[in-house]
Amino acid sequence: MVTSVTSLGRNGLYDWLIQRVSAVVIALYVIGMVGFLVCSGDLDYGTWSAFMGSTPMRIANTLMLFSVAAHTWIGLWSVTTDYLTGMTFGKAATGVRLVVQMAIALLLLVYILWGLLMIWGGA
Amino acid sequence: MKVSVYRYNPETDREPSMKEYEVETNGKDLMVLEVLNLLKEQDPSLAFRRSCREGVCGSDGMNINGKNGLACITPLSEVAPGVKEGKKPLVLRPLPGLPVVRDLVVDMGVFYQQYEKVQPYLQNESPAPAIERLQTPEDRAKLDGLYECILCACCSTSCPSFWWNPDKFLGPAALLQSYRFLADSRDDATEQRLSRLDDPFSLFRCHGIMNCVSVCPKGLNPTRAIGHIRSMLLERGV
Amino acid sequence: MSIRTITFDAIVVGGGGAGMRASLQMAQSGFKTALISKVFPTRSHTVSAQGGITCAIASADPNDDWRWHMYDTVKGSDYIGDQDAIEYMCQVGPEAVFELDHMGLPFSRTEEGRIYQRPFGGQSKNFGEGGQAARTCAAADRTGHALLHTLYQQNLKNGTQFYNEWYAAELVKDADENVCGVIAFSIETGETVFFKAKATVFATGGSGRIYSSTTNALINTGDGVGMALRAGVPVQDIEMWQFHPTGIAGAGVLVTEGCRGEGGYLINKDGERFMERYAPNAKDLASRDVVARSMMMEILDGRGDGPEGDYVYLKLDHLGEEVLHSRLPGICELAITFAGTDPVKEPIPVVPTCHYMMGGIPTNVHGQALRMSGGHEGEDQVVNGLFAVGEVACVSVHGANRLGGNSLLDLVVFGRAAGLYIEDALRQGMTQYEPSDDDIDAALARVNRWNDSKDGESVASLRKELQSTMQNHFGVFRKGDLMEEGVEKLAKLRERIANAHLEDKSSAFNTARVEALELDNLLEVAEATAIAASNRTESRGAHSRYDFPDRDDENWLCHSIYDPKTKQLGKRDVNFEPKTVDTFQPKVRTY
Repeated sequence: MVTSVTSLGRNGLYDWLIQRVSAVVIALYVIGMVGFLVCSGDLDYGTWSAFMGSTPMRIANTLMLFSVAAHTWIGLWSVTTDYLTGMTFGKAATGVRLVVQMAIALLLLVYILWGLLMIWGGA
Repeated sequence: MKVSVYRYNPETDREPSMKEYEVETNGKDLMVLEVLNLLKEQDPSLAFRRSCREGVCGSDGMNINGKNGLACITPLSEVAPGVKEGKKPLVLRPLPGLPVVRDLVVDMGVFYQQYEKVQPYLQNESPAPAIERLQTPEDRAKLDGLYECILCACCSTSCPSFWWNPDKFLGPAALLQSYRFLADSRDDATEQRLSRLDDPFSLFRCHGIMNCVSVCPKGLNPTRAIGHIRSMLLERGV
Repeated sequence: MSIRTITFDAIVVGGGGAGMRASLQMAQSGFKTALISKVFPTRSHTVSAQGGITCAIASADPNDDWRWHMYDTVKGSDYIGDQDAIEYMCQVGPEAVFELDHMGLPFSRTEEGRIYQRPFGGQSKNFGEGGQAARTCAAADRTGHALLHTLYQQNLKNGTQFYNEWYAAELVKDADENVCGVIAFSIETGETVFFKAKATVFATGGSGRIYSSTTNALINTGDGVGMALRAGVPVQDIEMWQFHPTGIAGAGVLVTEGCRGEGGYLINKDGERFMERYAPNAKDLASRDVVARSMMMEILDGRGDGPEGDYVYLKLDHLGEEVLHSRLPGICELAITFAGTDPVKEPIPVVPTCHYMMGGIPTNVHGQALRMSGGHEGEDQVVNGLFAVGEVACVSVHGANRLGGNSLLDLVVFGRAAGLYIEDALRQGMTQYEPSDDDIDAALARVNRWNDSKDGESVASLRKELQSTMQNHFGVFRKGDLMEEGVEKLAKLRERIANAHLEDKSSAFNTARVEALELDNLLEVAEATAIAASNRTESRGAHSRYDFPDRDDENWLCHSIYDPKTKQLGKRDVNFEPKTVDTFQPKVRTY
């Protein structure tokens, strides 16, 4: 009943599902990483580099990167549409919201590109 | 005992204020509505809605010492410790999040609009039989906990998601009614109903805060109903 | 005259079950219909109806017959219910109830998937010969709530124009006493408007608030009766007030007869099931007037409990937690909230409490309001433009005593009947009577009177006095001299109310103004009741007199007609001519 062009999936179910799936990815990643850190004892640069440079880890890192970006976007999009509205900003609300959302979007895009460069750039 | 009441008359007041009253209750455990009726005898200009005075019509939803509830079925002893004894004031405010018309009366327009949006009526295209449409007791039991809603707005006006987007998020009351028809074996508009709830606001603004559950004077659980609708959407979408 | 006029084909005043059933009928056929209600429609008093809607749909008993229902209703009315109207209601009933199911009303169900029916008071099989029937269709113990919400939903679907929180203050009629519409104002803004319509349907409900102790909502102030009486339209059988046996002592909150239908019973302070003495056959399911009187006898004989010895108990615990929680969940809630007792464990303290106005505006089966050619006597004449349905109307299907579950049936059957009739009349071209400016000014006079008041007594204190007068002088048992005294007190109250003061003159949501206007209506109903009650010199149904303890069929097997212009009480014939069945002749009424 409400149409919204700036939500990620432009569909509530889609956004909701992405939010949940990305949360699971982030949780699994964090658990895996903590597990690795605990098990690997004294960690040196070589081990770390080899671990991060392995193909499975590169894929995991990429997934993590996209998950964080998607999760952040959906979450912050909700926050902006909750708080940056006509109730607080009157007629200027749409402009304010658009600027903030675009800033967040650009920032997340930069992170993704930068992250991809870090993960896959050394290959 | 002391009563502090939110007062605002748009014709005479520039801004709302809290007015203090002293009411003689003789230590009785009156309902909040009875206290209001005593106040009204003292000060006829005090405005509030009331009708059935037994918790079934949903007129007198208000914010009582910080919590939404029905004045007619909230005894002083349950408001907060010390209120009945007069040690602490009874504090009455209008339901939060809706425009105040006067004193404890809020403009429920947007609340009713959201209710209307869910098409709160049975839809069935097949010709009606000469008797009732049969329904098993099990199917009928699915409506328990849904149809009892009295539209008092205690839930929706305690929901932050509804506060921020009252025009876009349907709110717990309307969603409960939406599910009441989705769950009715006699209704055949399921697909059409679900397709109207698919956007990011109407239903998905529910973040499971569950204020609605904690304030519902009829003990209903809108959050669970919303969860059921989400499952139906998921089943349909995956 | 400078107020705005809004024109409709039909207007309905009152958003309860009867009003919304009527408006639905007309809106469905595309007529421009407005519904004016002083509260949001789902706050109307129909919402409080609990036990169900009595109707021979043959679910509990496949052999059930609407004629048996008709027999019970005629007997229940103590033979002053109109048999043509009762016949219509019982015969059309099943169709009207099935429609409600098709609209979505969440009735409770039997194992076969049909509508669940429970036993209620005064019900029998085979014309009183076949034992207790179970004929009341129920949605748990929230049937009224389910009905009212369903009707509101259907009106939304069909585009009825709602004027919610608008207060109808007065009828507008032309010089020839034809009804042209009503004056109403928005409670929220104070704007006053003339609603002009070819048909004005009153569905304003009852007026239980004339008594201090009542199961009625605070809004039940007899606004329709008040408006009708001031417009010179008479009322019929207005002395007949039902006292429901089981109001929660002290609070007045209703406990459904369905409790006794499900197997609950009344006990006195000694734990005795006293109804066995008063009604050996039907016991606790005798009709309401009989049970209420028996309870009062127990209390007057010193077998009531409590510090004042003024209540008896409704025992339910033997039914078990499962039955109580599935069949009577609302009652459990109410008992805990208002009596502080959990019916699963303890009996509920109850006392007969004013519940229902059997009398009202006399109408035919189409809902057309009637007046008498000679004021309080003479031939029936239709009041052009005015209709009445539901509790405000007196068709009369309840006569001197209404059976439980018949009120909801009355609402839907006659709300629907009036809608059907008006639909048809509109198609054939109904006259719009045009009032003059003076006619409209005359209708505004009452509102202006309060707005111009400078000083005088307060509304709240006068209302209290009126209510206690009715409670003390016109209760379950009545007595000539006591009633005379009551009539005099009310006459004095009339003068004082005419000079009472409305301090708050503001426009925005001024509930003090609404209460002042309601007080005028309470007074009209109270006075009509008082005069009618003191003039009916017999005991029949709910009207029970110490000084005339017997039914007097020779003189009083008739309706009473109260003419507001002369304050005289006349008589009107009861209809004994049903169309498809033989007349039920008056018999001695025992249960």
